[in-house]
Amino acid sequence: MAGIAIAGNPNAGKTSLFNHLTGAAQSVGNYPGVTVERKEGVARLNGRRVSVVDLPGTYSLTAYSQEELVARNFIIEDGPDLVVDVLDASNLERHLYLAIQIMEMGAPLLLALNMVDVAKRRGLDIDHAKLSELLGVPVVPTVGSKGTGIKELLQRCIDAIDGKVSVSPRAVTYGHEVDEEVDTLAELARGVTPLAARYSPRWLAVKLLEGDPEVEKKVVELGGQAAPALLEAARKAVKAIERHCGDDCSTVIAERRYGYAAGIMKECVTLTGEAREMNTDRIDMIVCNRFLGPLILVGVVAALFFTVFKVSTEWAWVPWFGGWYAPVDWVEWFFERLAEAVAGLEPRAPILHSLISDALIAGVGGVLGFVPLIFTMFFLISALEDSGYIARVAFILDRVLQTFGLQGKSILAMIVSGGLGAGGCAVPGVLATRTLREEKDRLITMLVAPFMNCGAKLPVYAMLIAAFFPHRHTQMMLLLWAFSWVVALCAAWVLRKFVIRGEQTPFVMELPPYHVPVLRSLLLHTWDRTWMYVKKAGTIILAINVLLWALMYFPQPPDAANGNATPQAVAPPHASEAEQAADALAHSYAGRFGRALEPVTQYAGFDWRTNIALVGGFMAKEVVVGTLGTVMAMGDVDPGQSETLSQRLAGDPAWNPLKGFALMIFVMVYAPCFVCMAVIWRESGSWKWALFSTVYSTIIAFVLTVLIYQGGLVLGLGAPQGS
Amino acid sequence: MSTKTLFDLVSGDRARIVRIRGEGAPGLRQRLLDMGITRGTELVVERHAPLGDPVEISLKGYSLALRMNEARHIEIEEL
Repeated sequence: MAGIAIAGNPNAGKTSLFNHLTGAAQSVGNYPGVTVERKEGVARLNGRRVSVVDLPGTYSLTAYSQEELVARNFIIEDGPDLVVDVLDASNLERHLYLAIQIMEMGAPLLLALNMVDVAKRRGLDIDHAKLSELLGVPVVPTVGSKGTGIKELLQRCIDAIDGKVSVSPRAVTYGHEVDEEVDTLAELARGVTPLAARYSPRWLAVKLLEGDPEVEKKVVELGGQAAPALLEAARKAVKAIERHCGDDCSTVIAERRYGYAAGIMKECVTLTGEAREMNTDRIDMIVCNRFLGPLILVGVVAALFFTVFKVSTEWAWVPWFGGWYAPVDWVEWFFERLAEAVAGLEPRAPILHSLISDALIAGVGGVLGFVPLIFTMFFLISALEDSGYIARVAFILDRVLQTFGLQGKSILAMIVSGGLGAGGCAVPGVLATRTLREEKDRLITMLVAPFMNCGAKLPVYAMLIAAFFPHRHTQMMLLLWAFSWVVALCAAWVLRKFVIRGEQTPFVMELPPYHVPVLRSLLLHTWDRTWMYVKKAGTIILAINVLLWALMYFPQPPDAANGNATPQAVAPPHASEAEQAADALAHSYAGRFGRALEPVTQYAGFDWRTNIALVGGFMAKEVVVGTLGTVMAMGDVDPGQSETLSQRLAGDPAWNPLKGFALMIFVMVYAPCFVCMAVIWRESGSWKWALFSTVYSTIIAFVLTVLIYQGGLVLGLGAPQGS
Repeated sequence: MSTKTLFDLVSGDRARIVRIRGEGAPGLRQRLLDMGITRGTELVVERHAPLGDPVEISLKGYSLALRMNEARHIEIEEL
């Protein structure tokens, strides 16, 4: 099957063209070794099938960013039969700059002149026949948002692939002093067969003049004995150009490209009216206003947050068997019924039984339980992104978050993770970092977002506050909310300073004109990303769930493991079911682990029971409540109804408010739950960052808790209760 | 008198780009060039963010935001 690659600037409308070409038949993945998203699909016309790859949106094709490297390596190494470069007709000059670079590569090229409707509204009349003639490649006008011109585009692509139209771009000229050097270098490169077989000699020449480190490396690698001479010739040429033009060589080349673009503009664009985008200007006057801007931002971000969680977890709007369910509850309902169905079977082998219902069904349920949240989050954030508002969020908040090594867009991940103090979830939060294009900023955001108070930590706080601070509920919640932000921002600052070092990526960002998002694109995009979560993170989540289950199930206490009878039958008559469960848990690997850690964790005020509960909390933080209940022989306490556990802790002489507070801080800060960890693994592209996240959060949590507990003891706050 | 940079301008100012100063993060110069910050290009300072940083400029028919730190590297002449 012939293949085409779609290139273009971000905001050129690439994705909507891609969606129109391929329909819903597309798949999303990552380019090997990097976190850049790769979309593929198949376009069909009159029985012909053409594979289509959507390259990452880039402004240029240098070696400085992952996206640009991925895009240009794809064009060179995968050698698509045709590159379709999508240009925003209303912003032609800058978009031609990228087209010129693809022309330099000598790749078979076709231009999709997109958003011609917007250009017309802005008073720009573009002679596309002339444009095609000047560049030597076909030009097809399209309107991606409406699907206009898609058929013609695909037909021209097929004609091009069949060799019916010429798609060999003209040679770009840079003015005679540069052209001379390019020609000489290209001639030299043409003589080095292994290089010339792979790259266009002219492109090599231009890249060597720009001092492109990746290309220099390739020259050394493939050029063999000819490499030093070629590099030396390039150095001389650079000097000659710099002497002649009085400026740095890569600057001269970039300027000449823009000069070339301006020349083309002059020949094919006629200005028929006011060229400014008035609507965007008017909206920005309000949205980016010094006083109104931040207020609107708070409103939009809060609305985003509440919509994500209301739609997926609170509002019961899915009809099912005569009742109404919130999507998350519906998934839960389904898996509970499934577990019940399994429980109804004859329990021939208790282990198998527990494995199926507690490990497998609960694990799959755990993976899918997040789907409604993730879907809603991706949908709303994509809508905001496509509309152009996310760029304004980054613009308004950049100054504040820059101080801590984050950037404006980080705020979305933090809020979705629970930054408003009213619940949230770090799983969609970490996924929300996809809007950040800067790799380091994205990684730091991903590592600190789990400190926010997610919805799963709230039941733990509620239980402990009810036990130890019953009259200070609001104050405690406020304190915990502020504490989470302090920890997250300080951690970000430290990570930037000592771990993920190096210059911050320059923040040079286009503020695109506002657009009304296209629903079809949004849904496709959201579906792709959600499915990727299920596929990629799901397997890891399921595996870890089985592992955690095994840790808490094996080994069984001797009396239960002997013989095949149910535990009730062999246990001493005085032991209640809850006590047996407590014994079994204490006897398990998790229990032994909890006991083994007690000598260390006692400094933080945690005994082995708390340790077991915290191991359980790695599954999901609210599990701390249930596990603590089990290990205290109270049966599996429902995190939603934990009054009995609260009363028990309040009356237990081993506990006191200081310990309760220390535990809340620990639960807030320690390792993100393993679902979140799995997502960090997938999103960072490396299990090392997931492991790092788990370890560093736990260390910070431990240090903080020890400081609080020991400090409290010094201040005399740790007196036993009731004395 | 030292040359003026984009850093020194206020909202509403018009200017022409003279050059990009060499120092700065690796890749900054290339990135600015790629975004169309080239000699002779005219720009208008649209606005500053609420805390005075970053700055939004319009050039070549589109809007670009950059940090004041980066704006320091762009020498201009006022129009």
